[in-house]
Amino acid sequence: MKSERLWRPAAGERVFQWLVTMMALGVVALIFIIGRELAHGSQPALRRFGWRFLTGAEWDPVSEQFGALPFIFGTVVSSAIALAIAVPPSIGTAVFLTELAPRWLRQALSLFIELLAAVPSVILGLWGIFVMVPWLREYLFPLLRITLGFLPLFQGPIYGVSMLAGGIIIAIMIVPIITSVSREVLRAVPESQREAAYALGATRWEATRIAVLTYAKKGLLGAVILGLGRALGETMAVTMVIGNRPEIAASLFAPGYTLASVVANEFTETPPGIHLEALFELGLVLLGITLLVNALARLLLGTLPGPAVSPS
Amino acid sequence: MTENQDQFNPVLPARVQPRRAPGTPGAPVSAPEASALVIRNLSVSFGENRALQEVSLDLPARAITAIIGPNGCGKSTFLRALNRLHDLVPSARVQGQVRLFGTDIYGPGVEPVLVRRRIGMVFQKANPFPTMSVADNVTAGLRLNGLRDRALLTERLRESLVMANLWDEVKDRLDAPAISLSGGQQQRLCIARALAVRPEVLLMDEPAAALDPLATARIEDLILELKESLTLVIVTHNLQEAARVSDYTAFFNMGRLVEYGATVKIFTNPAVQQTEDYVTGRFG
Amino acid sequence: MTTAGHHWRKFKDFLAQALTCACAVVVMAPLALVFYQVLKSGIGALSWAFFTQLPKPAGEPGGGMANAIVGTFELLGLAALLGVPVGVGGGIFLAEYGQRRVNWWVRFAADVLNGVPSIIWGMVVCALVVVPMKGFSAWAGGIVLGFIMIPLIMRTTEEVLRLVPQGYREAALALGIPRWRAILSIVARTALRGITTGILLALARVAGETAPLLFTAFGNRYWNHHLSEPIAALPLQIFNYAISPYEDRHRQAWAGALVLLLMVAIINLAVRALTRERLGKVP
Repeated sequence: MKSERLWRPAAGERVFQWLVTMMALGVVALIFIIGRELAHGSQPALRRFGWRFLTGAEWDPVSEQFGALPFIFGTVVSSAIALAIAVPPSIGTAVFLTELAPRWLRQALSLFIELLAAVPSVILGLWGIFVMVPWLREYLFPLLRITLGFLPLFQGPIYGVSMLAGGIIIAIMIVPIITSVSREVLRAVPESQREAAYALGATRWEATRIAVLTYAKKGLLGAVILGLGRALGETMAVTMVIGNRPEIAASLFAPGYTLASVVANEFTETPPGIHLEALFELGLVLLGITLLVNALARLLLGTLPGPAVSPS
Repeated sequence: MTENQDQFNPVLPARVQPRRAPGTPGAPVSAPEASALVIRNLSVSFGENRALQEVSLDLPARAITAIIGPNGCGKSTFLRALNRLHDLVPSARVQGQVRLFGTDIYGPGVEPVLVRRRIGMVFQKANPFPTMSVADNVTAGLRLNGLRDRALLTERLRESLVMANLWDEVKDRLDAPAISLSGGQQQRLCIARALAVRPEVLLMDEPAAALDPLATARIEDLILELKESLTLVIVTHNLQEAARVSDYTAFFNMGRLVEYGATVKIFTNPAVQQTEDYVTGRFG
Repeated sequence: MTTAGHHWRKFKDFLAQALTCACAVVVMAPLALVFYQVLKSGIGALSWAFFTQLPKPAGEPGGGMANAIVGTFELLGLAALLGVPVGVGGGIFLAEYGQRRVNWWVRFAADVLNGVPSIIWGMVVCALVVVPMKGFSAWAGGIVLGFIMIPLIMRTTEEVLRLVPQGYREAALALGIPRWRAILSIVARTALRGITTGILLALARVAGETAPLLFTAFGNRYWNHHLSEPIAALPLQIFNYAISPYEDRHRQAWAGALVLLLMVAIINLAVRALTRERLGKVP
């Protein structure tokens, strides 16, 4: 029988199956590894500071005072600003792309969005430092102070690098993700919904508003939350324009500091000790917030669309 | 056995070849009772759904057996049980015995891969591997099982394509992509591919269903020629084809084997009423 | 319905189109501005020296980013060594071997990993690799980028494998080919274009990563001679130069940004070209 001249199959099959199974399970293991490393690295700090870590407003390595509040504040505020700036144009663009734009324009536009998504954070930060921040300092911020200066948000000295600058740069980074996810959500609305609206004599905008947007509300919210998740972890561009001062100020013109930025700046220069452990703890806080937000987004969206979601 | 037309059963054309007794010129060499596949109490279920129940029959060697029956009767399920394709389906449970020349292919310690080298299969929709040339497709079963001998591969390539009645049409474009062939040619390519591994049994799941009449006729001629060297089991919903081509016919209905016998008998004088109803077109 | 009401509705429709179009313009503006600036400032600073020389000491003008450019390629190579087999293997598991419950957990894990900020990856790999090795290294940089690539490649691989028609698997098995051989030589081969696309996209993603490299590859003023030494990388160099006080370094940062942007853009366009032939979808 010619089978004798050919390979025996069983051994190879078992090895291969074991190999790919290990690889898949390795992915699951990675989550535990991340959690473990962060927990382990922050152990002593966790024990020493307890919950006060989250509420302490002092970050002073010299006197070994470590409070995460300034960074939590910075992360939250900069992300909030970013959302406020990025969400309306992103969803508007998504609506334009799926419902209102002429066909020939759609290809070119989506190419642009893809390219924007591909721009590395550090390049945007570079542009931020040398182009955006000076412009903010010369033009926009003084303008804001003149017009809206009665609000405490727009008072105080103008440096250029600021919480607001950080928010703006994060906004630019999260626009692509919100736009493309929103587009997917809108595309998933069944055609029958639109057709029903058109059959009643609706204009394109009316059909969009009545049939599509209300149907897609949950998904669009999910897209926004996904953008938030990305905003929270944004590191490089923010570090370059936010000023890196661990203070809690009312003014948007004041410098700020995010969880990711402080780790980026201090990690390599910190010798092992309570300072380093506190940094690990900040990482733990950041990880926790990000995972929660992403989980919320996933709940709203059903399944996570596409793989390219993580912040840099 | 005469070649009478049965006036009451227009299904049966005059071309049906009677089985010749052993010893007469042109008769098959092996004893007519030698069975390639002996199936006993074969049952297949998918979760709650019992697709095949307690099927027992003997499939003779070097003969063509047709499996007929209405949609959903279990004929494809039966065919796939013969080369252990149900192993791929997690919810499938197969019980019973299938003996290939004496060895139970579902026995303990039997490797399905080796079974499938002895029992080949051709599918309804021709599926030549899209990234390979004609030649690579035919030799795929050999190369991907470790055969490296170039001379042997070339020899098998030619032999299989000749057996599949495809050699003349493709001998000048062996390196062309397999998907550049016509539908009928692709199906014959798949047959050549299956033959290259030199199986003893060839299972065919509605091989001509997707083809035009001309291509179908060529496939049927090919099947008749292949009978000389192989055992063939063919699932078909085309009764005329079953009558034209096969020596034996098994009629399945609702997961059970209803009747099995010589094709002539099944089509002219079936023993079971259900069979007669089906072959005369009263249902199905 | 009065004509006045009708006109008002048409106006609203036009307004909506105009507003959303304006949104699209607003969204594109930063990209256009950034591209323009990178081109303008970067081209001026590009020179033969830039591509061939090492950085000069701080304060001295001149020099180049040769080591950073080569370093990025080295890191990408190392990352691919880790990310491609594990990612593709995991994808094969999900598409060919896995069962519903296990698959759910694996996919969930991949999604979670995709959401982890890359700086956290940097911290983790620092603790895992840099500390035991007692120093920053190209290994650590490659490993962290590889980790980031794994869940990305896994998901895209699974998706394209699922698209391969079942008929090919059955035909391959019916020939008596062992399952693993059928998966590799027939199924994966058929889906090769999609798998490659996924790998390229993941590479483009990690090519621009800076944060995780801060505490793994760390950067190097000189050539990297052993993989266990720190290694320069383009994004790292851009960052360090950008925040330095020297004008000349700022110039070179723009040049580096141009090179990096071109790299990333080329990969993305290549991916587009590869997928367009198969799909032809309207966005």
